[in-house]
Amino acid sequence: MSQTDPPPTPSARKRLALMARPRATKANALAGLLFLLLGFAVATQIHQNQTLGLETLRQADLVDILDNTTLQSARLDQSARQLQATRDQLVSGSTSGDAALKAAQERLDALGILAGTARAHGPGTRITITDPGGKVSYPVLLDAVQELRDAGAEAIQVNNVRIVASSYFGPDASGIQIDGRSVSQPYTIAAIGDPATMSSAMEIPGGLSENVRQLGATINIAQEQELTVGALHPLSEPRYARPVPPSAPTTP
Amino acid sequence: MIPALGLLIGLAAGIFLHPTVPLALQPYLPIAVIAALDAVFGGLRAVLDGIFNDKVFVVSFLSNVVVAAFIVFLGDQLGVGSQLSTGVVVVLGIRIFSNVASIRRHLFRA
Repeated sequence: MSQTDPPPTPSARKRLALMARPRATKANALAGLLFLLLGFAVATQIHQNQTLGLETLRQADLVDILDNTTLQSARLDQSARQLQATRDQLVSGSTSGDAALKAAQERLDALGILAGTARAHGPGTRITITDPGGKVSYPVLLDAVQELRDAGAEAIQVNNVRIVASSYFGPDASGIQIDGRSVSQPYTIAAIGDPATMSSAMEIPGGLSENVRQLGATINIAQEQELTVGALHPLSEPRYARPVPPSAPTTP
Repeated sequence: MIPALGLLIGLAAGIFLHPTVPLALQPYLPIAVIAALDAVFGGLRAVLDGIFNDKVFVVSFLSNVVVAAFIVFLGDQLGVGSQLSTGVVVVLGIRIFSNVASIRRHLFRA
């Protein structure tokens, strides 16, 4: 084709210019219509091609795209699983941390009440012993405390002295001393526990009430729904005993 | 002049109207466009060669479009539509290139 081209003539451009002039012929109008259709088709096709991505692609390309998408989906799945696991860990970690904190607080409260380092309140029994003759000695009070413990008292206070595991009773110049602190009349014992059980424990034959009355003193036992044991036991660091780490094997 | 105006108006209409191609025509429109372009460049070359004829141009334009679409349609029916489309595009592309080369020689003498 290109080999048989006629040599360029000077009139080529002139012919083009001549042809470009508007001529009112039927063929020219038809050509215009055809060109209009062509332009419309080109624009439409380009627009179509831009809006529809996958439909015009070949099968191999589609397979490639599908493979890539599947791979990416697998990767995203994996990362989603990892993130979910991390999130679960964090959530359960925070809740178990809360639970541990709560348990530790409860333990602290229980130990504080037991050791006498925390004030306690609740239902209980208030026992008042008035001893005008001075006959009530420290074993009587010790008996009273033991009796109350047997009856399930959880926190006990005599006058303003908190009774703990290491409390001791002894005689004093003026009467009775507990933990080295002088306790004077009237003796008021506040015990937190089941009021009915403790009251009946005091009243049993041969029990505290009978002993006190035999000594010529008066005893008053009052059951109260709300009682406060406000005295605290000063905490002393143990000199010799050390706690065993929880992980160490326990020997009997 | 009139055809150039028609082309511009058609382009503008296509751009601004955003027509959607009917599904049945979708495989044929690109091939028809290529065939029409081939006819256009052929016509331009004929003008420069001094052998242009309005009637020949219109008939070749229409027949190019129809034949190209028909070939693709036939290929679709035979199950080789995409291959035949590629073939038609290659052939028309070669023709367009040779026509453009001829036009270039006329206009730039190179």
